[in-house]
Amino acid sequence: MRTIRAAEVTDAVRRLSIDANCHLTEDVKRRIADAYGQERWEGAREILGRIIENYEIADRESCPVCQDTGVACVFLKIGQDVHVEGNLEAAINEGVRQGYSEGYLRKSVVRDPLNRINTGDNTPAMIYYEIVEGDKLEITLAPKGFGSENMSRIAMLRPSDGVEGVKDFVVRAVEEAGPNPCPPIVVGVGIGGTFDKAAYLAKRALLRPLDEPNPDAYYRALEEELLERINALGIGPQGFGGRTTALAVNIEKMPTHIAGLPVAVNINCHVTRHKTEVL
Amino acid sequence: MAIRITAPLTREAARALRAGDSCLLSGKIYTARDAAHKRLCELIEKGEELPIDLADSVIYFVGPTPAKPGEAIGSAGPTTSYRMDAYSPRLISLGQTAMIGKGKRGPEVVRAMQEHGAVYFGAIGGCGALLSRCIKHAEIVAYEDLGAEAIRLLEVEDFPVVVVIDSEGNNLYESGRADYLASLDGGQA
Repeated sequence: MRTIRAAEVTDAVRRLSIDANCHLTEDVKRRIADAYGQERWEGAREILGRIIENYEIADRESCPVCQDTGVACVFLKIGQDVHVEGNLEAAINEGVRQGYSEGYLRKSVVRDPLNRINTGDNTPAMIYYEIVEGDKLEITLAPKGFGSENMSRIAMLRPSDGVEGVKDFVVRAVEEAGPNPCPPIVVGVGIGGTFDKAAYLAKRALLRPLDEPNPDAYYRALEEELLERINALGIGPQGFGGRTTALAVNIEKMPTHIAGLPVAVNINCHVTRHKTEVL
Repeated sequence: MAIRITAPLTREAARALRAGDSCLLSGKIYTARDAAHKRLCELIEKGEELPIDLADSVIYFVGPTPAKPGEAIGSAGPTTSYRMDAYSPRLISLGQTAMIGKGKRGPEVVRAMQEHGAVYFGAIGGCGALLSRCIKHAEIVAYEDLGAEAIRLLEVEDFPVVVVIDSEGNNLYESGRADYLASLDGGQA
């Protein structure tokens, strides 16, 4: 049994909050730069150029890439041989509190969904716990903006709807979202499980680096086909027309019931942010 | 070639703009998003005085990140506009001439824009670091308790916007996509 102090978790979450919001990962930057190279529609190219200029400024000045610094989604992989000394949840929220204050990040969380008073420190984080083998604690922080979150969709399809039903649902979700989620977007898709698990898979799919292929050949081909169909819609960067509507489609799947085919679409904007530390 | 416009924006100037026009906006604009719009409309309902002057006003839908020491403002890109659809027609009827945001608007907003002569601009979503460079000064003028959602008066210089919906109801989201797709049929792209 390895002991990790809660204060170490707080420090990591504080660092990750600032780093994730100010510096895009290289895979996302490369994908945007590739899209810029491939885009032939003049207005679309110009917007992609501005998007590149924007993340370069954020890198240089360590300022937030986007003013919606999100709700802090914290994904934990907790080794079963780890003992956290102290209150883990409180440690994570303290890290968010410190990071969002020190990093001059926006506080965008309200205490109650109906009686909407801002908590003032961007807590609480949305925490996803996973117990794994080993004696490490992996923390991934993904700030999630709500312009794109609001365009996410879920459906309980019939098994007879099959893969065609899934494809149509995903493409329709993107088309209906249109300019709202700040295209070019990253599309996270969760297939299978239960109502809630499908949504979780879709969110987790957004964490996979954009240049890391799906390990399953069938789903890799499905991702490529969906990306092609989405980029044939013509919505383009910011919805002003063009090829680049999406940068990537990432799918995660899991077993499901004989009677069901849950599918969830979690949309992220071009400011797809996540950073990881292993303690 | 970008059209230079100034804020406050007169109805005549707003009416002269067409969907697809690229503009550089300079002058004084207000910020307001969900919570501030709600409060403004509650005051209007009660017949009370507003904390801002709506005549010829430009409202930017934005909740910026906090300014670092020595800076006017933090990152400050647009938020999704449809959440303001419930409030915008009322403000347009009372003198507002322009909105800056991103994303679709409902038919009731477009109707109010056509009736009174107002314009809806898009700024590039997700480019808050870049856009903040065009904001030279910011001060909170109302609802400080709302934090990022407080109403600020911004002084902007050559702030880049595109006319998405004009006062005749023309819509760049529809025409831009259609033009691009037509160019594929014509083999240009």
